[in-house]
Amino acid sequence: MFDTALTSADFAFLARGAGVTILVTLIAVIAGTVLGIVFGVFRYQVGPLWAAPLTFVLDVFRSIPLLIQLVLANAFLGTILRLNLSGFTVACIILSLYTAAFCSEIVRGGIEAVPMTTRRAARSLGMSWGQDMWSIVLPLATRVALPSWIGLALGVMKDSALVYIVQVTELLKSTQILITRLQEPLLLLLICGAFYFVISFPLARLGGYLEKRWSHD
Amino acid sequence: MIEIENVRKSFGTLEVLKGIDLTVQKGEVVTVIGGSGSGKSTLLTCINGLEPIDSGRILVDGTEVHAKATDLNRLRRKIGIVFQQFNAFPHLTVLENVMLAQVKVLKRPKAEAEAEAVKQLNHVGLGDKLAVYPSRLSGGQQQRMAIARALAMSPGYMLFDEVTSALDPQLVGEVLDTLRMLAREGMTMICVTHEMKFAREVSDRVAFFHKGVMAEIAPPDHLFGAPRDPELQKFLSATH
Repeated sequence: MFDTALTSADFAFLARGAGVTILVTLIAVIAGTVLGIVFGVFRYQVGPLWAAPLTFVLDVFRSIPLLIQLVLANAFLGTILRLNLSGFTVACIILSLYTAAFCSEIVRGGIEAVPMTTRRAARSLGMSWGQDMWSIVLPLATRVALPSWIGLALGVMKDSALVYIVQVTELLKSTQILITRLQEPLLLLLICGAFYFVISFPLARLGGYLEKRWSHD
Repeated sequence: MIEIENVRKSFGTLEVLKGIDLTVQKGEVVTVIGGSGSGKSTLLTCINGLEPIDSGRILVDGTEVHAKATDLNRLRRKIGIVFQQFNAFPHLTVLENVMLAQVKVLKRPKAEAEAEAVKQLNHVGLGDKLAVYPSRLSGGQQQRMAIARALAMSPGYMLFDEVTSALDPQLVGEVLDTLRMLAREGMTMICVTHEMKFAREVSDRVAFFHKGVMAEIAPPDHLFGAPRDPELQKFLSATH
């Protein structure tokens, strides 16, 4: 139907970029979620006053554009601390913290949505703080937090395109490289978009599936 | 035995318990009546250590509830409490609601916990709702489930905090019937309630609370038949 200079090798190049995008996203979302849960539970437990320093740091990560964070972190860790970190490592660290900052808000909101009276009932049955957290708060807060968390994960996946600034060749950067060489921006962006969609779709569907499964309560 | 000795408790500047003394013997049923804000519900949450107290002490089988060394999680196994709100765990089935604390707290094997849960749910008339989620139950059924959940821990004492106050009138009866059954079986109970007829029927003693003070305590015939405290007289004439 139309001619293209795109070869299977180019396609493989894009797929490798997509692999990097998936890897960075996976690391950031997993590490960011674990950290976000720790930060969120801590902030809920100690109250706003004692959590203020942490909240401030997280607000910094939430407020400053990711691109700036990546450049500054790269300069700070590499030039000033003289750590010999790869761009990939810097990207993972910053993206994880960025995810954690948003995730901690989602976690805090989820915990707050569990009625105090329900938790009191659990404690009055002799359940410890940890047992209440694990068996009551975690499952109930997860149901509340899941849609926001899916949104966050999808957002991080797309934001991960910015890690090109620390010399990580992920999906969008790979696409740009091919655009420069082949001069076929529309086709390449279409393919790139399709890749992003294929990566996102299972996650979005997972959310829908879990919400449906939990809809009895 | 539950011994409450000169217990005082304030919320900010509001003193809700002004030196309460009360001893409840094993097997005794004590109901607590009084207007809202009289401190009666607060007393129950102090007995199982959910609320700290300012002074005085509460002993359950000789263990001081608010002593630093007391393991509250262990003590609470002895004291079942059911609240005004139903407090079902919405993500668990009726059966799982009643099994959870048995498995987690008492470390009962699953099969044993399930057998106990089925027994208690049959006891309160929910034997046909085991696999149902709480959202499918009526308020009365949810409240009976909460009672079964507390009973499954084999507590020595049961505290009931206005368990019928949040129920539609036609559902009150089924929950009160469950409490009557427990009283007949010899369970030691403290019930905070607004149901005067119920209090008169089941109680060994009825306590009247007014503004943080236990103004009168007597067997139901005396307390309802010949109330001495003027506030109690006012309260009874208003509720009849």
